[in-house]
Amino acid sequence: MQRIGVFVCHCGSNIAATVDVKKVVEMVAMEPGVVHAEDYQYMCSEAGQAKIAEAVKEKNLTGIVVCSCSPRMHENTFRTAAKRAGINPYMVEIANIREHCSWIHKNVEEATEKAVILARAAIAKVNLNAPLFPGESRVTKRALVIGGGIAGIQTALDIADAGYEVDIVEKTPSIGGRMSQLDKTFPTLDCSACILTPKMVEAAAHEKITIYTYSEVEKVSGFVGDFTVDIRKKARSVDANKCTGCGVCQEKCPSKKAPSEFNRGLNTRSAIYTPFAQAIPNVPVIDRDACIKFKTGKCGVCEKVCQAGAIDYTQQDEIVTQKYGAIVVATGFDTIKLDNYDEYAYNQSKDVITSLELERIMNAAGPTKGHLERLSDGKHPHEIVFVQCVGSRCSDNRGKSYCSKICCMYTAKHAMLIRDKYPDVNVTVFYIDVRTPGKNFDEFYRRAVEEYGVNYVKGQVGKVIPQPNGKLLVQGSDLLDNKQIFKEADMVVLATAIEPEASVRQIATMLTASIDTNNFLTEAHPKLRPVESPTAGVFLSGVCQGPKDIPETVAQAGAAAVKAIGLLAKDKLTTNPCTAKADELMCNGCSTCANVCPYGAISYEEKEVNDHGIRETRRIAVVNNALCQGCGACTVTCPSGAMDLQGFSNRQIIAEVDAICR
Amino acid sequence: MQELINRAKELLANGTVARVLGWKAGDLPYNPEPAFFTTAEELDNFVYNGFCGANLSKYMIAASKLEGKTMVCLKPCDTYSFNQLIKEHRVDREKAYIVGVGCKGKLSIEKVKDLGIKGITAVSGAEMSDDAETLTFQTIYGDKSCAYADAMLERCHVCKGKEHMVYDELIGESKDTKDAERFAEVEKIEAMSPAEKFAFFQKELSKCIRCNACRNVCPACSCRKCVFDSTKFDSAQKANVDSFEEKMFHIIRAFHVAGRCTDCGECSRVCPQGIPLHLFNRKFIKDIDELYGEYQAGADTDSKAPLTNFTFDDAEPSIVTKR
Repeated sequence: MQRIGVFVCHCGSNIAATVDVKKVVEMVAMEPGVVHAEDYQYMCSEAGQAKIAEAVKEKNLTGIVVCSCSPRMHENTFRTAAKRAGINPYMVEIANIREHCSWIHKNVEEATEKAVILARAAIAKVNLNAPLFPGESRVTKRALVIGGGIAGIQTALDIADAGYEVDIVEKTPSIGGRMSQLDKTFPTLDCSACILTPKMVEAAAHEKITIYTYSEVEKVSGFVGDFTVDIRKKARSVDANKCTGCGVCQEKCPSKKAPSEFNRGLNTRSAIYTPFAQAIPNVPVIDRDACIKFKTGKCGVCEKVCQAGAIDYTQQDEIVTQKYGAIVVATGFDTIKLDNYDEYAYNQSKDVITSLELERIMNAAGPTKGHLERLSDGKHPHEIVFVQCVGSRCSDNRGKSYCSKICCMYTAKHAMLIRDKYPDVNVTVFYIDVRTPGKNFDEFYRRAVEEYGVNYVKGQVGKVIPQPNGKLLVQGSDLLDNKQIFKEADMVVLATAIEPEASVRQIATMLTASIDTNNFLTEAHPKLRPVESPTAGVFLSGVCQGPKDIPETVAQAGAAAVKAIGLLAKDKLTTNPCTAKADELMCNGCSTCANVCPYGAISYEEKEVNDHGIRETRRIAVVNNALCQGCGACTVTCPSGAMDLQGFSNRQIIAEVDAICR
Repeated sequence: MQELINRAKELLANGTVARVLGWKAGDLPYNPEPAFFTTAEELDNFVYNGFCGANLSKYMIAASKLEGKTMVCLKPCDTYSFNQLIKEHRVDREKAYIVGVGCKGKLSIEKVKDLGIKGITAVSGAEMSDDAETLTFQTIYGDKSCAYADAMLERCHVCKGKEHMVYDELIGESKDTKDAERFAEVEKIEAMSPAEKFAFFQKELSKCIRCNACRNVCPACSCRKCVFDSTKFDSAQKANVDSFEEKMFHIIRAFHVAGRCTDCGECSRVCPQGIPLHLFNRKFIKDIDELYGEYQAGADTDSKAPLTNFTFDDAEPSIVTKR
């Protein structure tokens, strides 16, 4: 029998205002195994921890239950306190009577009853706890950054500057990401390429950084400090070592009908292409779906014109297997598809465009060479309507419930740039709210209104109707004037919601990193651990975690880098001792557990066992403690119950359930 | 049947196998029982007829530990169970000499009795070589007869087919006896309201006397130590917690064999209380088919079972709960 001490925390008034802590102490004191129970204002404080140490000494405690906040908050605090007091840290259990109880209840009686029940469950578990001892695992001093946009580049640069090797995996033929598609950046209006390109060059030139473009992460195994990753380098059909980047192949390529991904499909590109002029690496790829040589076997123009002999039609995909200590996800975003928003006529009219498409139109290297013109007839527009929150802050399930965060600012930027360059163009912005919480943001927006005369209308656009004369009839509401507005526009620009890049789902699954219902990667703690994934060794950089503008992305990229560096700086990691273990006498050797183990931690051995006097050789599951992450998948799949999780054994969990149901 | 006996004697004599696993006559004309034979003389008691419903694959777990090979007689549907046991490393393929025996559907004495045929002293038409479509019974009340198909086990009406999935040699012809929709019974239960379902299962499961026959016969229930016999989990007590106690036993058992059950139907065949236990398992199979694509446990020895394999196309949990 354990000698258990129960410590009930008031958490100031966080718990004590809703839970009668004295009553909890009184009730738990009667539980089997409990020899000490007390309450205190802040158990996590130094004085609170001293009370635990004192009780351990005086009452010879062997187990501790702390009724306090979530174990994610202070489990470690109390485990450390227990260790200092001479108790194995794994003899500590937390009953979460704050998040699970006081914060969600109003009625003191009910909350107190639940607090007692949760404490009983924890006591029942501690009664079955056994001391556990962590092991050690090594750290591979190399980081992987998935995604080569500004987030990935900044993270890689920061990690590399700290002296660690970094690999960037980018699925498109060049690093640069969304930022490379932007024309100007708010609120300073500096040219996006001018500030991004130097970073791209720096990353490419950095001796510690290896860039895999046109590559994808194919498989991830292992765990924090020791991931093994397969990277698929897709066949470029161009030898990067020979190519000089002269660009002749692209000029001469007779197949020029593939839509340009970089220009959002607004114009076309050749089958052999670099996405944009400043691409890094400046080595083209052959789009095999568009290439005449690959489609028909005849052509080979690029091979003929290439002075360097770099074209290689026989190139195959290559798998690079590399070990990493840390992985940073920086997969970025895309704009949502507008198929659910027929009212804006995006699919009906070429003159209804997304804001990202406008970025390309405004850009000197874009499809119109930077001239603002209607894509339908090339005419100069005189009336432009911007529609905010297209798919963002959506209350039905057509779009996204969240605010995409960047649209208010870039729309103000677009409006301002258009008014500046083409004062003859009238610009109207329909908005729900204008959100400008950032340094110099509101000043920027006010400049658009006050200095540049952009017409902001509070209200949403109900419909965009293409007219026979080529104009677009915009029907909207003006909520301040309480009236309907009909406006004939030449162009309509939709501030389309952003969503995480589609590939993130697959990457999250490979990494066993969690994602939310919107496919944004979940952080370990929304406030206190915002750049870490709950999966150890996986960090989050940029919009993959939530909508962000460039400065925020760069700041988060740096933060993710620091977290990765903090991990890589360690030589050894302490492993979690809560790992699975097979009961040799009960194991059937059926391999079901090995099939479900996501970490490849289970293998089988022919082992001699002594089953109550019967000696025989049996096929038995053996868990590698360094690989096991304690996820418990094996324990629930094991038909005989031979597989159990140390620290969370089936018996312990059932004891908790029994205590709750008592 | 004589061909089987002759072949068994031959294999014993030439040392290919050390023993034969088949059926011998029971104490009644309709209850042959599984038996090991080690000599030619013993084989004179060998029986194989329509009442040999027992799936012998599970006996091969123990036989795999014995010296030498065992000749085992497996009907087409039994071979699914055998494959599943190979997959789970419970039987040793090398230790088995599989004779795939012909099958024209197996008989249920309960069904015969339900047809009002009682006091049986002899049966004809049940022999495997016999193509008769009628069964004739000598009873203490005089001769009676019924159609062979009318006396078949439920599982034979949804027969998985006459092909053996694994074998060393085949003896005897098989017939595909499928004449009903496999999931028709499951669909009937699915169509019930929650209250009706509860009442249905309460009625059926309350008959259970916990004799453990279903578990003991089940090839998927082959754990060295069943959770219900283990002191480690308190599961036995859990299963006995209220008057409707047996529900937990059967529901836990259904979960334990989910994705591994080949739908051999032995659980229902041996149930002395006539509980349609296979319907639990078949509901799981139906769900697996619908959520993950058609899957037949034991159709091979190397495919990945949907419930213990993750793919990116797997159904999301939300789909399961919305159904």
